[in-house]
Amino acid sequence: MSITTEPKVVKPYGALYVAEYRIRNMMRFKALIVMVSIGNPFLYLLSIGVGVGALIDSNNLIDGVPYLTFLAPALLANAAIAGGMDETVFPTLHGFKWGKIFFGINSTPITGSQIAIGVFLAAMARVVFLVTIYWIVLYLFGALETSYSWLAIPTAIFAGACFAAMMLALAAKMENDNLFFTFISRFVIMPLFLFSGTFFPLSAMPIYLQWIGWISPLWHATELGRFLTYGREISNQMLFLHVAFLSVILIVGLFFAVRYYTRRLAK
Amino acid sequence: MTTNLIQAHGLTKRYGDFVAVAGIDFHVAKGESFGLLGPNGAGKSSTMRIIAATSQRTGGDIKILDKDPNLHGPQIRAHLGVVPQQDNLDTELTVEQNLFVYGRYFGLSSSFIKNKIEELLDFAQLVEKRDVKVDALSGGMKRRLTIARALISEPDILMLDEPTTGLDPQARHILWDRLFRLKEQGVTLVITTHYMDEAEQLCDRLVVMDKGKIMAEDSPAGLIKTYSTKEVLEVRFGSERNAEMSEKLKQHCERIEVLPDRILMYADDAEKVLEEIIKQGIHPITSLVRRSSLEDVFLRLTGRSLIE
Ligand SMILES: Nc1ncnc2c1ncn2[C@@H]1O[C@H](COP(=O)(O)OP(=O)(O)O)[C@@H](O)[C@H]1O
Ligand SMILES: [Mg+2]
Repeated sequence: MSITTEPKVVKPYGALYVAEYRIRNMMRFKALIVMVSIGNPFLYLLSIGVGVGALIDSNNLIDGVPYLTFLAPALLANAAIAGGMDETVFPTLHGFKWGKIFFGINSTPITGSQIAIGVFLAAMARVVFLVTIYWIVLYLFGALETSYSWLAIPTAIFAGACFAAMMLALAAKMENDNLFFTFISRFVIMPLFLFSGTFFPLSAMPIYLQWIGWISPLWHATELGRFLTYGREISNQMLFLHVAFLSVILIVGLFFAVRYYTRRLAK
Repeated sequence: MTTNLIQAHGLTKRYGDFVAVAGIDFHVAKGESFGLLGPNGAGKSSTMRIIAATSQRTGGDIKILDKDPNLHGPQIRAHLGVVPQQDNLDTELTVEQNLFVYGRYFGLSSSFIKNKIEELLDFAQLVEKRDVKVDALSGGMKRRLTIARALISEPDILMLDEPTTGLDPQARHILWDRLFRLKEQGVTLVITTHYMDEAEQLCDRLVVMDKGKIMAEDSPAGLIKTYSTKEVLEVRFGSERNAEMSEKLKQHCERIEVLPDRILMYADDAEKVLEEIIKQGIHPITSLVRRSSLEDVFLRLTGRSLIE
């Protein structure tokens, strides 16, 4: 039309534009997001503090600490995982199928990889927000014992990132099945939550169920959280193993997310 | 640097074993309005997605703005405006937000986009709808918004995949008028359509596609001149008698096509043909004299009708 007044160069930070769009989109629900982010941990802790606390008297320690303290890091990591999943599965299904929005984005200089990373980054923004609030609520309920317990925020975010990356890849791969994610949440996420040493130490479970914890990012993140919030004794090797496991999941997840996004857009 | 913005040789697209685009050659020059005319399934959209540097070709060569889309997709896309066959607007955002977000994907500054939005809302006749969610727009409005969106980066080539399919006649005419303005401004257009009237109105030059192949290439008038006569006489005798009558009619015209519901008689003076057959005592139930169109070209080239 008129003479171009802006140079047409391809900017390298396309992923940030996609993240910007996703965050704008989330902002439409900001009141709801804030309410859920505060209300969720508050209700959880209230019911455990009042309800479960009444059953298990305070002299009855688990892993050397009150039950709430034991549970807190698991709840934190679990909240991060749920948030990371929410903000990757539905935007991916929506972007590819329901609205085909990603195809529109991909007809600009933005690449499939940048879309995948952008969606991931926006999901992480949400996770950072909700984990921080969760941590504050835990703090207010006196569930955190160490002075450096805030370090459990990044480890929980780490777990959220792992799940976000895996779900990003899976949702891009699953071309024809939305029911699949109902299945995943009922038969994968829920068991992981129950059998990842969330409510009692993994070692208290029968040996034939312990493998679920071992493959679950939630357990690895929870162990790191327990080390950081009440000083649970964990060997250096195990700490390294937990971090290494989460790192591998994150990298593999992102690798496949980028790959599946790119492939599906290039068809 | 050639003056051709797009140059394709033996361009091929396979989906598994199925060949959707079977080795086609074409070029598009700067400032021209180029069309791909063909029925559903001809391979038009597949070709468009390759030109748009989003779908990868499986054979042949193509250069867009002198670049290979397999190697320089993002750089090429920075210069294109794409209107896909199916609108992919963000239905949860407003008209204005859709334009803004899209401009950002091109890395344009907010101030540039904001000015451009005013111009485009005006162009797309959507000024009053700027704060309306896309969900609430009519089909024609959505289409105009998709075109406005494609123009946000002032593209060198505007690609339109079936711009008016599914719209009512009035909405189509509004859209044609908008596209005509772009053409006058010298924007290079690549248009696919299965409407012959659309191709005739909007395209300087076009290729007729069928089953992944290019059957012919020329200006609309040139195609009609080469593959058809000036005029056509359409006559009907009722579906049982059409075949039988065609034997008697053959000698009165250059060429004859028997369709299920009517017979097409090709001649440069169709009025005269009608007089002749009536003189012979042949009285069709209805008769119609019209000018040849691209529909006739397609029928001649493929033996089939464009819209089935
Ligand atoms: N992604 C795809 N996977 C498999 N087949 C496809 C795909 N896209 C198009 N086709 C097939 O390729 C042929 C050409 O399709 P298309 O390019 O959309 O034609 P047109 O736009 O001319 O209608 C059709 O038979 C269609 O079914
Ligand atoms: Mg098509």
